[in-house]
Amino acid sequence: MSAIRVRVLLAAALGLASLSPAVADGGRAMPRTVPPAYVEECASCHVAYPPGLLPARSWQRLMDGLDRHYGSDASLDADLVTSLGAWLQAHAGTYRRVVEAPPEDRITRSAWFERKHRKIAPDVWRLPSVRSAAQCGACHVGADRGRFDDDDLRMPAGLTPRQRRAWFD
Amino acid sequence: MTKHRPFPRLRTAAASTVLAAVAASSPPAHAAGTSIASQLAHWSAQAGRPGDAAQGDRFFNARHGGEWSCASCHGTPPTGPGKHAGTGKAIDPLAPVANPKAFTDPARVDKWFRRNCRDVLSRECSAAEKADVLAYLAGLGSTPDRSGAR
Repeated sequence: MSAIRVRVLLAAALGLASLSPAVADGGRAMPRTVPPAYVEECASCHVAYPPGLLPARSWQRLMDGLDRHYGSDASLDADLVTSLGAWLQAHAGTYRRVVEAPPEDRITRSAWFERKHRKIAPDVWRLPSVRSAAQCGACHVGADRGRFDDDDLRMPAGLTPRQRRAWFD
Repeated sequence: MTKHRPFPRLRTAAASTVLAAVAASSPPAHAAGTSIASQLAHWSAQAGRPGDAAQGDRFFNARHGGEWSCASCHGTPPTGPGKHAGTGKAIDPLAPVANPKAFTDPARVDKWFRRNCRDVLSRECSAAEKADVLAYLAGLGSTPDRSGAR
Protein backbone atom coordinates (compact mmCIF):
# COMPACT_ATOMS: atom_id res chain seq x y z
CA MET A 1 0.00 0.00 0.00
CA SER A 2 1.37 3.34 -0.99
CA ALA A 3 1.99 6.14 1.42
CA ILE A 4 -0.40 8.30 -0.54
CA ARG A 5 -3.16 5.72 -0.22
CA VAL A 6 -2.55 5.54 3.50
CA ARG A 7 -2.80 9.31 3.73
CA VAL A 8 -6.02 9.32 1.72
CA LEU A 9 -7.54 6.64 3.92
CA LEU A 10 -6.37 8.40 7.04
CA ALA A 11 -7.77 11.68 5.84
CA ALA A 12 -11.07 10.01 5.00
CA ALA A 13 -11.21 8.34 8.38
CA LEU A 14 -10.61 11.62 10.13
CA GLY A 15 -13.09 13.42 7.94
CA LEU A 16 -10.35 15.54 6.44
CA ALA A 17 -10.73 16.09 2.77
CA SER A 18 -7.55 17.84 1.87
CA LEU A 19 -4.00 16.80 1.35
CA SER A 20 -1.73 19.76 1.07
CA PRO A 21 -0.57 20.10 -2.51
CA ALA A 22 3.07 19.90 -3.31
CA VAL A 23 4.47 23.33 -3.96
CA ALA A 24 7.98 22.49 -5.09
CA ASP A 25 8.74 21.99 -8.76
CA GLY A 26 8.11 18.48 -9.93
CA GLY A 27 5.04 18.22 -7.71
CA ARG A 28 1.46 18.38 -8.85
CA ALA A 29 0.78 22.05 -8.09
CA MET A 30 0.95 24.64 -10.86
CA PRO A 31 4.37 26.33 -10.96
CA ARG A 32 4.37 29.90 -9.71
CA THR A 33 5.20 31.28 -13.09
CA VAL A 34 3.21 30.02 -16.03
CA PRO A 35 4.18 31.27 -19.49
CA PRO A 36 1.28 33.26 -20.98
CA ALA A 37 1.73 31.18 -24.13
CA TYR A 38 0.95 28.02 -22.17
CA VAL A 39 -2.45 29.41 -21.24
CA GLU A 40 -3.01 30.94 -24.66
CA GLU A 41 -2.02 27.91 -26.70
CA CYS A 42 -2.84 24.91 -24.54
CA ALA A 43 -5.70 26.11 -22.38
CA SER A 44 -7.75 27.25 -25.38
CA CYS A 45 -8.85 23.65 -25.80
CA HIS A 46 -8.40 22.08 -22.38
CA VAL A 47 -7.49 22.80 -18.78
CA ALA A 48 -3.99 24.19 -18.31
CA TYR A 49 -2.67 20.96 -16.85
CA PRO A 50 0.04 21.38 -14.24
CA PRO A 51 3.26 20.03 -15.79
CA GLY A 52 3.81 17.88 -12.71
CA LEU A 53 0.96 15.58 -13.74
CA LEU A 54 3.12 13.88 -16.37
CA PRO A 55 6.74 12.79 -16.47
CA ALA A 56 9.26 14.59 -18.68
CA ARG A 57 9.25 11.79 -21.27
CA SER A 58 5.52 12.17 -21.83
CA TRP A 59 5.76 15.93 -22.29
CA GLN A 60 8.61 15.40 -24.73
CA ARG A 61 6.49 13.07 -26.86
CA LEU A 62 3.49 15.41 -26.70
CA MET A 63 5.50 18.40 -27.82
CA ASP A 64 7.06 16.35 -30.63
CA GLY A 65 3.63 15.44 -32.00
CA LEU A 66 1.45 18.50 -31.60
CA ASP A 67 0.15 18.21 -35.16
CA ARG A 68 -1.49 14.93 -34.10
CA HIS A 69 -2.60 15.81 -30.59
CA TYR A 70 -5.30 13.36 -29.48
CA GLY A 71 -7.25 13.80 -32.67
CA SER A 72 -6.60 17.52 -33.05
CA ASP A 73 -4.04 19.62 -34.79
CA ALA A 74 -2.43 21.67 -32.02
CA SER A 75 0.64 22.64 -33.99
CA LEU A 76 2.67 25.67 -32.88
CA ASP A 77 5.54 27.53 -34.42
CA ALA A 78 8.94 26.07 -33.65
CA ASP A 79 10.02 28.79 -31.20
CA LEU A 80 6.99 28.22 -29.01
CA VAL A 81 7.41 24.45 -29.13
CA THR A 82 10.95 24.96 -27.87
CA SER A 83 10.16 27.45 -25.12
CA LEU A 84 7.04 25.71 -23.84
CA GLY A 85 8.77 22.35 -24.13
CA ALA A 86 11.64 23.61 -21.97
CA TRP A 87 9.22 24.92 -19.34
CA LEU A 88 7.34 21.60 -19.30
CA GLN A 89 10.60 19.68 -18.97
CA ALA A 90 11.73 21.91 -16.11
CA HIS A 91 8.50 21.39 -14.19
CA ALA A 92 7.58 17.85 -15.20
CA GLY A 93 6.52 15.45 -12.48
CA THR A 94 9.33 13.80 -10.60
CA TYR A 95 7.51 12.34 -7.62
CA ARG A 96 6.93 8.66 -7.38
CA ARG A 97 3.50 8.13 -8.85
CA VAL A 98 4.33 10.13 -11.96
CA VAL A 99 7.65 8.58 -12.85
CA GLU A 100 6.08 6.07 -15.22
CA ALA A 101 4.63 7.42 -18.45
CA PRO A 102 0.91 6.51 -18.63
CA PRO A 103 -0.56 4.80 -21.71
CA GLU A 104 -0.72 7.24 -24.66
CA ASP A 105 0.80 9.84 -22.31
CA ARG A 106 -2.71 10.54 -21.09
CA ILE A 107 -2.98 11.96 -17.58
CA THR A 108 -6.38 10.29 -17.36
CA ARG A 109 -4.83 6.85 -17.96
CA SER A 110 -2.35 7.22 -15.11
CA ALA A 111 -2.72 4.62 -12.39
CA TRP A 112 -3.13 7.32 -9.75
CA PHE A 113 -5.83 9.07 -11.80
CA GLU A 114 -7.80 5.88 -12.29
CA ARG A 115 -7.50 5.01 -8.62
CA LYS A 116 -8.60 8.45 -7.49
CA HIS A 117 -11.64 8.35 -9.78
CA ARG A 118 -12.51 4.67 -9.52
CA LYS A 119 -15.83 5.23 -7.75
CA ILE A 120 -17.18 7.57 -10.39
CA ALA A 121 -19.79 5.77 -12.48
CA PRO A 122 -19.47 5.72 -16.29
CA ASP A 123 -22.78 7.63 -16.54
CA VAL A 124 -21.27 10.55 -14.66
CA TRP A 125 -18.39 10.85 -17.11
CA ARG A 126 -20.91 10.98 -19.96
CA LEU A 127 -23.01 13.82 -18.50
CA PRO A 128 -23.22 16.84 -20.80
CA SER A 129 -21.71 18.87 -17.97
CA VAL A 130 -18.67 16.58 -17.88
CA ARG A 131 -18.29 14.91 -21.31
CA SER A 132 -14.69 13.98 -20.87
CA ALA A 133 -12.27 13.02 -18.15
CA ALA A 134 -10.12 15.83 -19.50
CA GLN A 135 -12.77 18.33 -18.40
CA CYS A 136 -11.35 18.56 -14.87
CA GLY A 137 -13.21 21.79 -14.15
CA ALA A 138 -16.57 20.00 -14.23
CA CYS A 139 -15.87 18.95 -10.62
CA HIS A 140 -12.52 20.50 -9.69
CA VAL A 141 -13.45 24.17 -9.49
CA GLY A 142 -9.83 25.25 -9.09
CA ALA A 143 -8.55 23.19 -12.02
CA ASP A 144 -7.63 26.25 -14.06
CA ARG A 145 -5.36 27.34 -11.20
CA GLY A 146 -3.91 23.87 -10.77
CA ARG A 147 -5.95 23.16 -7.64
CA PHE A 148 -7.25 19.62 -7.40
CA ASP A 149 -7.76 19.28 -3.66
CA ASP A 150 -10.56 17.03 -2.49
CA ASP A 151 -12.06 19.95 -0.55
CA ASP A 152 -12.28 22.05 -3.67
CA LEU A 153 -14.95 20.07 -5.50
CA ARG A 154 -18.43 20.69 -6.79
CA MET A 155 -21.04 18.26 -8.05
CA PRO A 156 -21.39 18.41 -11.82
CA ALA A 157 -24.85 19.37 -13.07
CA GLY A 158 -27.20 16.54 -13.89
CA LEU A 159 -26.40 13.95 -11.22
CA THR A 160 -29.26 11.63 -10.27
CA PRO A 161 -30.33 11.67 -6.60
CA ARG A 162 -28.59 8.34 -6.17
CA GLN A 163 -25.39 9.70 -7.63
CA ARG A 164 -25.68 12.77 -5.43
CA ARG A 165 -25.88 10.54 -2.37
CA ALA A 166 -22.93 8.48 -3.62
CA TRP A 167 -20.92 11.71 -3.91
CA PHE A 168 -20.49 11.74 -0.15
CA ASP A 169 -19.42 8.09 0.12
CA MET B 1 9.95 54.82 13.94
CA THR B 2 8.01 52.52 11.67
CA LYS B 3 9.39 49.36 10.26
CA HIS B 4 6.63 48.85 7.76
CA ARG B 5 5.09 51.46 5.58
CA PRO B 6 2.24 49.72 3.85
CA PHE B 7 0.41 52.74 2.52
CA PRO B 8 3.01 54.08 0.10
CA ARG B 9 3.44 50.55 -1.20
CA LEU B 10 -0.28 50.14 -1.58
CA ARG B 11 -0.52 53.40 -3.46
CA THR B 12 2.28 52.32 -5.73
CA ALA B 13 0.59 49.01 -6.36
CA ALA B 14 -2.70 50.73 -7.08
CA ALA B 15 -1.02 53.16 -9.44
CA SER B 16 0.69 50.30 -11.25
CA THR B 17 -2.63 48.54 -11.61
CA VAL B 18 -4.22 51.64 -13.06
CA LEU B 19 -1.31 52.16 -15.43
CA ALA B 20 -1.48 48.56 -16.51
CA ALA B 21 -5.22 48.87 -17.10
CA VAL B 22 -4.71 52.02 -19.15
CA ALA B 23 -1.95 50.38 -21.14
CA ALA B 24 -4.12 47.34 -21.75
CA SER B 25 -7.00 49.43 -23.04
CA SER B 26 -4.85 51.50 -25.39
CA PRO B 27 -4.40 50.31 -28.94
CA PRO B 28 -1.06 48.56 -29.46
CA ALA B 29 1.74 50.74 -30.76
CA HIS B 30 2.36 48.33 -33.61
CA ALA B 31 -0.80 48.47 -35.68
CA ALA B 32 -0.78 44.78 -36.52
CA GLY B 33 -4.48 44.19 -35.96
CA THR B 34 -7.00 42.96 -38.46
CA SER B 35 -10.78 42.71 -38.70
CA ILE B 36 -13.26 40.34 -40.22
CA ALA B 37 -13.85 42.87 -43.01
CA SER B 38 -10.18 43.01 -43.96
CA GLN B 39 -9.84 39.24 -43.62
CA LEU B 40 -12.85 38.80 -45.88
CA ALA B 41 -11.41 41.25 -48.42
CA HIS B 42 -8.03 39.50 -48.31
CA TRP B 43 -9.33 35.98 -48.84
CA SER B 44 -11.86 37.10 -51.45
CA ALA B 45 -8.98 38.64 -53.41
CA GLN B 46 -6.94 35.47 -53.01
CA ALA B 47 -9.91 33.39 -54.19
CA GLY B 48 -10.63 35.69 -57.13
CA ARG B 49 -14.28 36.04 -56.12
CA PRO B 50 -16.22 37.52 -53.20
CA GLY B 51 -17.06 35.28 -50.25
CA ASP B 52 -20.52 33.72 -50.44
CA ALA B 53 -22.32 33.76 -47.09
CA ALA B 54 -24.85 31.03 -48.00
CA GLN B 55 -22.06 28.78 -49.17
CA GLY B 56 -20.14 29.60 -45.98
CA ASP B 57 -23.17 28.64 -43.86
CA ARG B 58 -23.36 25.23 -45.57
CA PHE B 59 -19.62 24.74 -45.28
CA PHE B 60 -19.61 25.70 -41.59
CA ASN B 61 -22.34 23.22 -40.70
CA ALA B 62 -21.21 20.31 -42.86
CA ARG B 63 -19.00 17.44 -41.88
CA HIS B 64 -16.43 17.01 -44.54
CA GLY B 65 -15.93 13.29 -44.33
CA GLY B 66 -14.78 13.39 -40.73
CA GLU B 67 -16.36 13.39 -37.32
CA TRP B 68 -16.61 17.13 -36.76
CA SER B 69 -17.99 20.19 -38.47
CA CYS B 70 -16.98 23.75 -37.57
CA ALA B 71 -20.28 23.89 -35.67
CA SER B 72 -19.30 20.88 -33.52
CA CYS B 73 -17.21 23.21 -31.39
CA HIS B 74 -18.43 26.69 -32.29
CA GLY B 75 -22.19 25.99 -32.18
CA THR B 76 -24.68 27.09 -34.80
CA PRO B 77 -25.08 29.89 -35.37
CA PRO B 78 -21.80 30.71 -33.60
CA THR B 79 -23.18 33.79 -31.86
CA GLY B 80 -22.91 32.23 -28.41
CA PRO B 81 -20.16 30.43 -26.53
CA GLY B 82 -18.96 27.20 -28.08
CA LYS B 83 -17.75 24.04 -26.45
CA HIS B 84 -14.77 21.95 -27.52
CA ALA B 85 -16.18 18.72 -28.96
CA GLY B 86 -13.41 16.65 -27.44
CA THR B 87 -12.74 18.17 -24.05
CA GLY B 88 -15.87 20.20 -23.31
CA LYS B 89 -13.83 23.35 -22.72
CA ALA B 90 -15.79 26.58 -23.25
CA ILE B 91 -14.87 28.56 -26.36
CA ASP B 92 -15.53 32.27 -26.84
CA PRO B 93 -18.18 33.11 -29.45
CA LEU B 94 -16.78 33.04 -32.98
CA ALA B 95 -19.07 35.61 -34.60
CA PRO B 96 -17.69 39.16 -34.28
CA VAL B 97 -21.20 40.42 -33.42
CA ALA B 98 -20.93 38.45 -30.17
CA ASN B 99 -17.17 38.71 -29.61
CA PRO B 100 -15.39 41.95 -30.53
CA LYS B 101 -12.00 40.24 -30.22
CA ALA B 102 -12.78 37.66 -32.90
CA PHE B 103 -10.66 38.01 -36.06
CA THR B 104 -8.62 40.95 -34.72
CA ASP B 105 -5.23 39.20 -34.48
CA PRO B 106 -3.91 38.01 -37.84
CA ALA B 107 -1.57 35.41 -36.33
CA ARG B 108 -4.44 33.89 -34.35
CA VAL B 109 -6.70 33.86 -37.41
CA ASP B 110 -4.06 32.03 -39.45
CA LYS B 111 -3.24 29.61 -36.66
CA TRP B 112 -6.81 28.60 -35.95
CA PHE B 113 -7.79 28.31 -39.61
CA ARG B 114 -4.81 26.02 -40.08
CA ARG B 115 -5.47 23.87 -37.03
CA ASN B 116 -9.23 23.68 -37.27
CA CYS B 117 -9.42 23.07 -41.01
CA ARG B 118 -7.07 20.14 -40.51
CA ASP B 119 -9.29 18.84 -37.72
CA VAL B 120 -12.49 19.11 -39.75
CA LEU B 121 -11.31 18.53 -43.34
CA SER B 122 -7.96 16.80 -42.80
CA ARG B 123 -6.41 19.55 -44.94
CA GLU B 124 -6.04 23.30 -44.92
CA CYS B 125 -8.97 25.34 -46.21
CA SER B 126 -8.81 27.02 -49.60
CA ALA B 127 -8.94 30.79 -49.96
CA ALA B 128 -12.49 30.51 -51.34
CA GLU B 129 -13.62 28.40 -48.38
CA LYS B 130 -12.18 30.92 -45.93
CA ALA B 131 -13.83 33.80 -47.80
CA ASP B 132 -17.20 32.02 -47.72
CA VAL B 133 -17.04 31.29 -43.99
CA LEU B 134 -15.91 34.84 -43.24
CA ALA B 135 -18.81 36.21 -45.30
CA TYR B 136 -21.19 34.00 -43.33
CA LEU B 137 -19.75 35.06 -39.96
CA ALA B 138 -19.64 38.75 -40.90
CA GLY B 139 -23.30 38.59 -41.87
CA LEU B 140 -24.53 37.12 -38.60
CA GLY B 141 -26.74 39.64 -36.81
CA SER B 142 -27.06 40.26 -33.13
CA THR B 143 -30.50 38.63 -32.93
CA PRO B 144 -30.06 35.01 -33.95
CA ASP B 145 -33.30 33.16 -34.64
CA ARG B 146 -31.91 30.00 -33.07
CA SER B 147 -30.14 29.48 -29.76
CA GLY B 148 -26.37 29.82 -29.61
CA ALA B 149 -24.04 26.93 -28.94
CA ARG B 150 -25.38 23.43 -28.64
